[in-house]
Order: sequence, then C-alpha cells, then structure tokens
Amino acid sequence: MGLYDFLAQYWPRLLSGAGITVAQFLLAAALGVAISLCMGLMKLSQNALLRGTAVTYIEIFRGTSLVVQLYWIFFVLPLFGLTIEKFTAGYLAVGMNIGAYGAELVRGGILSVPKGQWEAALAINMSPAQRMRRIILPQALVNMLPPWGNLMIELLKGTALVSLISVADLMFESRQINSSTFLSAQVFGAALVIYYLLARFLVTPFMRWLERHMARKLGRA
Amino acid sequence: MLDKTGFPLEMTGEDTPMVSFRKVNKSYGALTVLDDLDLDVAAGEMVSIIGPSGSGKTTVLRMLMTLERINGGVIYVDGKPLTHMPKGGHLVPANERHLRSRRADIGMCFQHFNLFPHMTALENCMEGPVQVLGLSKAEARDRSEELLEMVGMISKKDQHPSRLSGGQQQRVAIARALAMRPKVMLFDEVTSALDPEVIGEVTNVIRKLVSEHNLTMLMVTHQMGFARDISDRVCFFYGGRIEEQGPPAELFGNPQRERTQQFLSAVREAV
Repeated sequence: MGLYDFLAQYWPRLLSGAGITVAQFLLAAALGVAISLCMGLMKLSQNALLRGTAVTYIEIFRGTSLVVQLYWIFFVLPLFGLTIEKFTAGYLAVGMNIGAYGAELVRGGILSVPKGQWEAALAINMSPAQRMRRIILPQALVNMLPPWGNLMIELLKGTALVSLISVADLMFESRQINSSTFLSAQVFGAALVIYYLLARFLVTPFMRWLERHMARKLGRA
Repeated sequence: MLDKTGFPLEMTGEDTPMVSFRKVNKSYGALTVLDDLDLDVAAGEMVSIIGPSGSGKTTVLRMLMTLERINGGVIYVDGKPLTHMPKGGHLVPANERHLRSRRADIGMCFQHFNLFPHMTALENCMEGPVQVLGLSKAEARDRSEELLEMVGMISKKDQHPSRLSGGQQQRVAIARALAMRPKVMLFDEVTSALDPEVIGEVTNVIRKLVSEHNLTMLMVTHQMGFARDISDRVCFFYGGRIEEQGPPAELFGNPQRERTQQFLSAVREAV
C-alpha cells in the first residue's frame, strides 16, 4: 500500500491519536511548570524541610526511569488503594518527571538574577515574597526560557510513553495499526513526521514568541 | 533605660541623632571590617565617608540598609534600635518583621543603579509606593512624576532602563529611593560607575537635595571635591574605624593624622 492510500485510510485514527498526544502534552506541561516553580523555589528556601522535600523529589523523578514512574503510578498505586484512570496517570507521570528537570531550570534562572536586584528590592522595603514575585521571578523567567524550549520538546516526545499504559495517543494508535496491518514503514513513518511537525510548528514557534514577548517586556527588544 | 549590655533600649531627647552606630563590629571570618565603630549623624546632616578600599566605608551603608547583619553593637535610627528590638527589657537581634518596620526610614542608591530592568523609569519609582506603602496607582504616579521632574527625567519616564545612560539611570534610582519618603538617604559610590561627562548630572541632583530638603544623608564617595563642597562633615575611614573626621575645610585643608595626609596626597596625585 502506498503512503497516500495508507493515509487516506488511516488518517482519522492518526489524527485522534495526535489529538490525545497534544492533550497529554498540554496537561503535562501545565503540571510540569507548576511543579518546577514550587520545587525550584523550595530548593532555594531557608527552611531545611522544604529544601529537603524538593531535593528528594528531584532526585527520585530525575534519577529513575520515566517508564518505571509511569508503571508505578498506573499499576502499583492501585495496590495501595489509589487508582488513577489511565489518561490522568499518563500526564501525571510525564508532568511530574518534567517538573523535576524544570525545577533545576527555575532554580538556575533565579540564581542568575544579579544580586543587586535583590538588594534594590530590599532597599525599597519589599517583603521576601514581593521581591520574588515582582522583581526576581519576572527576570528569572526570561533567563530560563531558552532551556525551557528544549525541555518542552523533550516533554512532547516523552508523552509517547503513555501508550504503554494504553492511553490512545499517537504512538498507541500507530502500534495498533501496525499490529493489524503490518505496514510498519508507513505507520511509523507517519508517526515520526507528525511528532516532528508538532515540535517544529507548535512548540518551537510558541517558545520563540514567548521569548520575544518577554524580551520586549524587559525593554531588550 | 539600659539593656543589660549597656545599650539604651531607645534614645530620647532633643539631640537624639538620626543615625547612631554604637560599638558596631562586622567581620567576615577572620577579616574584621568594622572595629567597634561609633558614629552619630544628626538629623539633616550630610556626612561623607572617604577612605581607601577595604576600609569598611561601604559596609557602613550596607549595614544601615540592613543588607548585612552586624556581629556586635547596636545601630539606632531616629532613636529606635534598627539591628535589634526590645524584648523583655533587653535588646535582642531584630527579626524580619522588625527590620521591615524600621527599614522604611532608610533609602539607598547603589553604585550600579540596580534599576528593575522589566519596568519603565516611572514603574520603577511607583513600585515601592504601590506595593509596599499601599498607595493608589494615581497617588504613586503623581509622587513619582514629581520626583522624576525634580531629577530631570520626566521626559524619559516611559523608557526602560536599557534605553537610558548611566547618569540617567542613576537619577531615576535616586527618584525611586525618594519616592519611599525615607528620613535617611544612603549614596554608595553613586558616581563611580559613570562616564566622567555625566557625573555632573548626578552630583547636581544630590546638591539640590542637600540645599532644598532636610534629609539626613550618608555618602560614600571617591570624589573629594564634591564631598568637600556639599558635606557638613567628612569621615576618613581606615581599618574599620574612623581615623579622623571633621568639617570638610578642616579635614581636607589641615588633616591631623598621618594616614589621612597620606591618603589625601595619594588621591591628589592620582588626579
């Protein structure tokens, strides 16, 4: 079967899979960003308990395999009475994993803001929370955006693993089509291209736009 | 009333200084930066601090701004302890809350301006009044525009710092500090990072402050001529202590101590 005939026949399933992949990506990204902020801030905290929690979290989720984390959340937690529906388990695992990497980016971004900015904010008597929220974080965000772009593409590709717990994403649909038709070259070729297009024309342009937007806010552009 | 270590819980009376350092010590490990420093600054007084690098002069300002903690002694501002707070009849090291309440009396300008790069000149000035003092945006804008006018920066109020020259940034920074209505202003080598041709625009603003306002000011500077012109008193720091102090005419014209003489002649040769 030629590629054209293949696509003509199977595009609805590939499209629905791609839709699930995008949904998984967006939810995992939102969760990942939230966790990154929390853990990154906690790791810089004066409080040893908060700092310890962040370090432990980052070590566990960065130091172990994403597939194993996914299986833990989906197959092991139910043994302890916590059952999570597979779609939710999918983006939870991917988002929590990416959050551990993002936490280090947040921490690095905050530390990259010059000391003079903290001092100037203190000199106008801002509270520690105001200093962070109004002065430091806006500047840290700009500094950390380029590495975040990389992480977001990693995240998009990482969502393919949710197919292992039968979330009907692009990878899952591709495997299903492959096992019933054995058109491996066509189906995985199509999947490859779709992942690339999503990264190239969805994630990258958005991150570029965000970088430009933030740079303008800083008056740099 | 005295604390058990002999420091007053509060300084009262008509001649209470606006700023008072009492036996203040500061060290970084084995390095002593300030050694039992005693320094009083009267309300409305302009005091310049000069001295070789490493003599502790910038540290004086940084401790007063509570950017750094002291290791011994007490600093009072407007009669009330800054670095400490009274608790059960004694002075104990200040907590964050006490520092925040006392810090409101002090404003500071830095060598490298430290304007907030993500805000315009006007927003830089409004940030403190709105966020910290709780002023409405309209009130904060009026206050900020008036100050930007005073420092000659009103035409650039909507520019971000990256579009401003060093001298312009420093003038905005002065307006930002003044917008908090401090009683004490600290100037930490505010002209050291500037190109020679724009130093005048910043010193002129400070001159204006001295002549038109009753602010208490402490200034660390390397510009001896400027210090001589505008100060009520000049302190020469050496080795974490005040080696010599006095009215500018006396200190510059007839220094008594050998180290002062050496320092001043070295500075003159450099010029």
